[in-house]
Amino acid sequence: MNTLLETVEISLTVNGERVKRMVPVRLNLADFLRNELELTGTHVGCEHGVCGACTVRVDGEIVRGCLLFACQADGCKVDTIEGLSDSRELEELQSAFVLTNALQCGFCTPGVLMAAQALLRDLPDPSREQIREYLSGNYCRCTGYQAIVDAIEAVAKARAGRAK
Amino acid sequence: MKAPRFAYARPASVAEALALLDKHKDDARVLAGGQSLVPMLNFRVAGPRVLVDINRIASLSGIKITKNHVRVGALVRHTELGRSPDIAKHLPLVATAIPHIAHPAIRNRGTLGGSCALADPAAELPACALALEATFIAAGKRGERRIAAQDFFKGLYATALKSGELLVAVEFPFSKPGYASAFGELARRHGDYAMVGVAAHGSTQGAKFSDLRVAFFGVGDRPQLAAHFARALEGQPATAKSVDAALPKLDSDLAPRADLYSSAATKLHLAKVLAGRVLKQLVS
Repeated sequence: MNTLLETVEISLTVNGERVKRMVPVRLNLADFLRNELELTGTHVGCEHGVCGACTVRVDGEIVRGCLLFACQADGCKVDTIEGLSDSRELEELQSAFVLTNALQCGFCTPGVLMAAQALLRDLPDPSREQIREYLSGNYCRCTGYQAIVDAIEAVAKARAGRAK
Repeated sequence: MKAPRFAYARPASVAEALALLDKHKDDARVLAGGQSLVPMLNFRVAGPRVLVDINRIASLSGIKITKNHVRVGALVRHTELGRSPDIAKHLPLVATAIPHIAHPAIRNRGTLGGSCALADPAAELPACALALEATFIAAGKRGERRIAAQDFFKGLYATALKSGELLVAVEFPFSKPGYASAFGELARRHGDYAMVGVAAHGSTQGAKFSDLRVAFFGVGDRPQLAAHFARALEGQPATAKSVDAALPKLDSDLAPRADLYSSAATKLHLAKVLAGRVLKQLVS
């Protein structure tokens, strides 16, 4: 694709469904998911990669939805908080968040859950310090993080207990 | 805060990318990982007419081991560097630096080439490249040329890359026997921009310091080597005492400027504290 384009037709898989759309090249992935596909669980906070509210999975790895243009996700597999909730992949984390009061306003929660799930894949038995470090890219202005760390730690411990 | 309008191209090869860069010259910017460029677009700090997205150029990916070098493609992402057993084995300094770079979601997209070509003075990998005497490989319409790390970083967001050139790879010599590396960074919060950072590499063979390359970042307009400091340690016993004795030499190497958070004096103080810690890691 060597020509200059202002709109591109993209075809990608979002939460397991094939999607084809014509998009302006300057549209970022988070806005595409929210406005074009009405998947509004992906939140838009700072729009410059700092707050983590727009965290989604592209080809299995978490990324900032606001720092990737939708046209760059052409041919990719995108998973959002809606997909991971429906598939029940996040069930344990979601229950633990409710139990420990790890959310108040909930704005950051989808991004935090996406990051927490990636953390538990990369580090199945993280220390509290490692949890804090991994989540340093997700801002929460309500909880003070304590309960978020509690919830993730509880899920890690429960999983480790089952693995024994 | 959305990106301004631009025209987008997604070349499939280096040749196609070079043709686009040659045609559009300074109107074009290369889009690699986009973890700095896209915020700059959203803030309207950058407003290129054309974005050349190099993410689908297969030849820019991959870590290759040659006889005495590690050749890292410009598009290799920070996460891949951090997970690579080859990097851990041959370039432990780079492996140690990776967790300091921003956050996992950023590291999954950010690239070695992008970080070096942007030349943010607070970035980790340019300092590692300088400490490790890496060579930058730039492709242009007349072929490839090689640029030593020492000559690559020219100032604030400025490199030796010329208009129309594309950084295609960075070559790192293997760490030699008897050499050790250490890395440290002070930031207000994990993943934030470094207030000061140090990437150190050198020999501690025979319990003596030798051939030290101590690269600082976040204290000037580009990564810089502390030459007076390294000279003061040359041939000295590799001990904490020698390190402490040499720290005042940093007054001659560094002239940090005040930033939003700290005065010049504070930055120099922090640089000394951090250099002490990092060099002591090198000893242990």
